[in-house]
Amino acid sequence: MRYLPLTPEDRAAMLNTIGAASVDDFYQDVPQSARLGGQIEGLPNHQGELAVERHMSRLAALNTTASDVPFFVGCGAYKHHVPASVDMVIQRSEFLTTYTPYQPEIAQGTLQTLFEFQTQVASMTAMDVANASMYDGSTSCAEAAVMACRVTKRKKVVLSGGIHPHYAAATRLLCEAQGIEVVQLPTAVDGELELANHVDETTACVIGQSPNVFGTVTDLSSVADAAHEKKALLVSVFTEAVSLGLVTPPGEMGADIAVGEGQSIGGALNFGGPYVGLFACTKKLVRQMPGRLCGETVDAEGKRGFVLTLSTREQHIRRDKATSNICTNSGLCALAFTAHMTLLGGKGLRDLAVLNHEAACDLADALEAIDGVEIVTPRFFNEFAFTTPLDAEAVIAMLEERGILGGVRASRLLPNGQMNNVIIAAATECTTEEDIEAYAAALKEIV
Amino acid sequence: MGMQTIGRPTAPFASDAIANDTISGSRGLLQHEGLIFEVGSPDKTGVDLPKPKGRTDRLGGVARKVDTGLPGLTEPEAVRHYMRLSQRNYAIDLGFFPLGSCTMKHNPRLNEKAARLPGFADIHPMQPQSTVQGALALIDELATWLKTLTGMPAVAMSPKAGAHGELCGMLAIRQALIARGEAGTRKRVLVPASAHGTNPATAIQCGFIVDEIKADARGRVDMDDFKRKLEHTDDVAGIMLTNPNTCGLFETDIKEIADLIHDAGGYFYCDGANFNAIVGRVRPGDLGIDAMHINLHKTFSTPHGGGGPGSGPTVLSDALAPFAPVPYVTYDNDGYHLIEQIEGEASDAFGRMVAFHGQMGMFVRALAYMLSHGADGLKQVAEDAVLNANYVQARLKNVMTPAFDGFCMHEALFSDAFTADGIETIDIAKALIDEGYHPMTMYFPLVVHGAMLIEPTETESKQELDRFCDALEGIAKRAAAGDEAMKGAPYLAPMKRLDETLAARKPVLKWTPPAPEAIAAE
Repeated sequence: MRYLPLTPEDRAAMLNTIGAASVDDFYQDVPQSARLGGQIEGLPNHQGELAVERHMSRLAALNTTASDVPFFVGCGAYKHHVPASVDMVIQRSEFLTTYTPYQPEIAQGTLQTLFEFQTQVASMTAMDVANASMYDGSTSCAEAAVMACRVTKRKKVVLSGGIHPHYAAATRLLCEAQGIEVVQLPTAVDGELELANHVDETTACVIGQSPNVFGTVTDLSSVADAAHEKKALLVSVFTEAVSLGLVTPPGEMGADIAVGEGQSIGGALNFGGPYVGLFACTKKLVRQMPGRLCGETVDAEGKRGFVLTLSTREQHIRRDKATSNICTNSGLCALAFTAHMTLLGGKGLRDLAVLNHEAACDLADALEAIDGVEIVTPRFFNEFAFTTPLDAEAVIAMLEERGILGGVRASRLLPNGQMNNVIIAAATECTTEEDIEAYAAALKEIV
Repeated sequence: MGMQTIGRPTAPFASDAIANDTISGSRGLLQHEGLIFEVGSPDKTGVDLPKPKGRTDRLGGVARKVDTGLPGLTEPEAVRHYMRLSQRNYAIDLGFFPLGSCTMKHNPRLNEKAARLPGFADIHPMQPQSTVQGALALIDELATWLKTLTGMPAVAMSPKAGAHGELCGMLAIRQALIARGEAGTRKRVLVPASAHGTNPATAIQCGFIVDEIKADARGRVDMDDFKRKLEHTDDVAGIMLTNPNTCGLFETDIKEIADLIHDAGGYFYCDGANFNAIVGRVRPGDLGIDAMHINLHKTFSTPHGGGGPGSGPTVLSDALAPFAPVPYVTYDNDGYHLIEQIEGEASDAFGRMVAFHGQMGMFVRALAYMLSHGADGLKQVAEDAVLNANYVQARLKNVMTPAFDGFCMHEALFSDAFTADGIETIDIAKALIDEGYHPMTMYFPLVVHGAMLIEPTETESKQELDRFCDALEGIAKRAAAGDEAMKGAPYLAPMKRLDETLAARKPVLKWTPPAPEAIAAE
């Protein structure tokens, strides 16, 4: 067994030192009826590296990758180019094979990168502070909702009609378990501002998204004003972190909490995970935040260093009084995010965002030139919804037959949303002119 | 050409001088490195992008007003930045990392390679299902392994980490109580005092209240206290119990606990963080549990990554399986399918915990690990992990104070009873750093004073364990003798002890540009 260093002689010598006859002695506390005689049945025995690699490669080959075909699938996860050096950084053993930095004297590498990550996320969202990451955007959204209830001591949250349905589901689940009322506004392509009409003295927060699941970008400032007037909070959600380079960020709209998905920066598509949740808020709310926070301090000689801090919010100290149950977060994905952002810099992020927007504009121009196709998203960043005369599920399937992954049918996310002819399509810096031409030609043929 | 040695000294010169501060701030191989905000600049970038045309016409004016101002670095600068920082980290690839309850085992590189195959890494969660049959097959195969190894009929794959798996299990229990019409009354969850902090925190997140059970003198659930808690049963939702528990011990009364909680109308949540001790040897399903999360990033070796990502699939009993969250994978003659909506066969599902389908990248790594070990190898994993822990306990029991008598499972637990006044557990931990080791888990579990929890895992050789035990034995003797020098440890790490009190009292959570007068004063 290539991963097990003990030899039979080692085992015998160790048992002798311990004073045990065999390893069975260590399992004597297991109830007799639960002790397995031999090994577990129904599973194969160990295999060499070559055999395992073959098996994995065979399964991988059954999937169509985003790089294989003209690719326009988005809705919360986006195909971007990640510089090769980012993967080199996260494959450094010192980052890859270490634990949460509980011993700061020998974890300054992780801690300093987290401090840099927090600073980058705070700047990008235009918020005061950011934490050291959450699982993903959807769970960040859920945590933001219950945090808003802690802060305001109220028990009602209102979700816009453009929130990503998976984010809404995760939020509803956590809230309802805690006795928090969730009001979901009717599905709307361009309805984020409607939140302003649904705030009252019992509302903890309103949750809006920009760009929303249909790609619509919205300045939520008027929603923030309406919320603040009733002493409620605005939670501002995004699923496309690259948009922060160009689109009005949460902090510029008066958001109290900003949450989103960071996969677009440094992350692969990975069939949905692991991703990295971004979580930022205003300074006065920091002690109600979930998750880890890294802070600056000094060592015994006065040298600058970093530690995990404000742990009295967290489960390992506060147990049943903690702000969240989160422990492990998305450390390595946060490292990939910060490394990619360091390579981009502010200027690179802005240029990347503009390239994304331009690709989506070009795509929209090409598609809306087709008879029967109508773009329904009024303002967008790199993703928009459009309608066709046909059922969207059939259109997606016919596009697939033509070797094009043309987006997500809205009915997959919103089965009861009366949106059977709506397709949501995204373009990024990876989208080429040829991809767009192929998409437009195929769609024209189909509709 | 050979090395020119004429005139060049080739033998070392013995000197007592010690280099303290250097001009550069670097110390030999350990390079000085500032923050990116100090070394980068806003007009630099390490990414060459095509020049945008500047088109923003479909944005509708919803445009960012103030630029981020974030610095960029070119690739050589960025690579050095992270390389230099990496050298300030301890890691399992560098040395022994006996952090109890965390299962820091070797992370096979094959698993990294497999997870990076484009067929797994470059596929989108919302692609048509016909284009991701291999991915769905992999999830199904991993689910089969997990169900077989635990002897449980169902598994929810989407939880993102251990605590998220706990949330999954407790939400399934909540949904079962809703289905019975008893969710309003059955609110009390029993949690042992030795539990991970995530257990009580999770119960609260699900709207339950926590009732703490004492530990007995043997480090197990105090059965008298447990039975007292069940004198009134109509408000009992269930129990959350870690097994093997956080003292590194198997709960001897686990079947009676399961029977009693079921008789009381409650459910049994088992925290599976310590599954590594029993994988392949004991099936939790044979112990009467209703739900258990499995940390793929512990037992099945997906890398910890400095704090994640993890993955926490949660196995469920027949009683809880109907309430499993969406999505999940099914198979029929047409191939694999994702059940994504709460309708049809999933109409009893308690909901959706997360966007998309779970931690695919971790699934690939965990399955590669399982296939590599096989059923035979996984049994050996558990046995070697337990053997290694007992060896450490045996080697150190005469100089340290084992918290409990008898054999342990996969981790050895000591109290600080052997230390002289003034020397604490943290001093022992920091002295280990100087010896080249990552410290053990300290001050946990809470039921043992000054706890030191050592989990060697199965991927350590006897030689490595012997070196560690020699070092810790020496430190323990210094601690027993009251060696005050330990209070200043570590001396040989990149940093001296850090002031955590200052960090919490005056939180500085991001970099801000120095004030102009500070620049002038430099």
